[in-house]
Amino acid sequence: MTAVEAKCLIKEYKGKPAVSGLDLTVEKGELFALLGVNGAGKTTTIKMLCCLTRPTKGDAFLLGDSVLSNRAAVKAKINLSPQETAVARNLTVRENLELIARLYGCGKKAAESRAAEMLDNFGLFPAAKDKAKTLSGGMQRRLSIAMALISKPEILFLDEPTLGLDVLARRELWAEIKKLKGHITVILTTHYMEEAEALSDRIGIMANGELKACGTARELMEWTGAGNFEDAFVALATQQEGTV
Amino acid sequence: MKPLIFASRNGKEILRDPLNLAFGIGFPLVLMLLLSAIQANIPVSLFEIEHLAPGIAVFGLSFLALFSGTLIAKDRSTSYLMRLYAAPLRAADFILGYALPLLPIAVAQSAVCFATSIGLGLKPDIGTLAAIAVLLPAAALYIGIGLLAGSVFTDKQVGGICGALLTNVSAWLSGTWFDLNLVGGTFKQIAEVLPFSHAVDAARAAAAGDWGAVFPHLWWVIGYAAVANTAAAAVFGKKMRSDNN
Repeated sequence: MTAVEAKCLIKEYKGKPAVSGLDLTVEKGELFALLGVNGAGKTTTIKMLCCLTRPTKGDAFLLGDSVLSNRAAVKAKINLSPQETAVARNLTVRENLELIARLYGCGKKAAESRAAEMLDNFGLFPAAKDKAKTLSGGMQRRLSIAMALISKPEILFLDEPTLGLDVLARRELWAEIKKLKGHITVILTTHYMEEAEALSDRIGIMANGELKACGTARELMEWTGAGNFEDAFVALATQQEGTV
Repeated sequence: MKPLIFASRNGKEILRDPLNLAFGIGFPLVLMLLLSAIQANIPVSLFEIEHLAPGIAVFGLSFLALFSGTLIAKDRSTSYLMRLYAAPLRAADFILGYALPLLPIAVAQSAVCFATSIGLGLKPDIGTLAAIAVLLPAAALYIGIGLLAGSVFTDKQVGGICGALLTNVSAWLSGTWFDLNLVGGTFKQIAEVLPFSHAVDAARAAAAGDWGAVFPHLWWVIGYAAVANTAAAAVFGKKMRSDNN
């Protein structure tokens, strides 16, 4: 079943294209990575799919609901972990989790129960009573993703989930993200090649606002004849015309 | 329900910042103690507690603009608001969520101010409670100004505008520190067009049990509060759309 279907999605800022005619299909339960350098259009794409910015042209359907005409239904099904760590700094870890659960419609008891579940799943129990601002960068990012999952979204967007984290924190977070595979549709953006390769079922290469290629890491290497994924990415991201 | 849930977060964010408590409650109380000490040592009636307490209470409320403005501006500057924009919340939920927690804080500020005044010789009566109630529109006014500033400016700019400029303008033009008739002229005319002196006069009238004198002043405050909050809601809604475009 299709979870995300973008049809000729275009976003322009003052006449300049940020995303140009994006056609994309992501299946339910798939972990899909949008890979590209800074300014490739990844975050703009995520913003359009999350109803945070209105496409200039085109439309996208999330589990059948349009981001243009049925925003409320889309918003109820999705959640997002933004690029920067997005936590309420003076709230405790537990309070941050419960707040998001309640804003998505959970009652008090259900929010407490889900928060306990997230604390457990993400190894945050020891820090449950700590204020978010006292956590390390890696722990804050982990909390940020747990906050995105507590509403039990059918589609989860992770915008550069490991940006700025050290190697150990990144690997820990990868392990958490891998656990989601098959249970929930995940769309993540990254500019780390090894991250896309390690985590994703399929990878979309974006450059200059265009989706240049889409496939598994192995397929992308085969199509370009590259010996490794980084060379495949460079070949695809720098190609002038057409889509693979 | 969602505005109340969001409001609980905002209340915690404000109350858990010790600087907010220091400025919102501590600073006005220190001023009141200082001015009362001066009054005890001068032969003229300059800072009589019956006159001073309502003015100090309004001065304390002016910090609400700093609290609300800083919180909303900080949220706008981080991805936290982006996360909340993606949640099923409407613009009205956000504005109410930011404004609501400040009302009980305003009541607590006024109550602490008048309780301290009683310790300094103010005679407690029904007028004291009425003054606290009469100060609510003034609280709404400052909250609205803060929401408006926070929707437009950065948190550093809000610190300058609401923390320094507004608190000073509001204090000087309120008639708290000196009788506006002593200055007279254009200064007094400006003060009478703005809501700050009316807020103080309404609270003084209520505290004195002079009910007839409350409302002419309170209408000014209510009018300004309505304009400030309506403008804040409109500007926040517009920024919410433009932030995401």
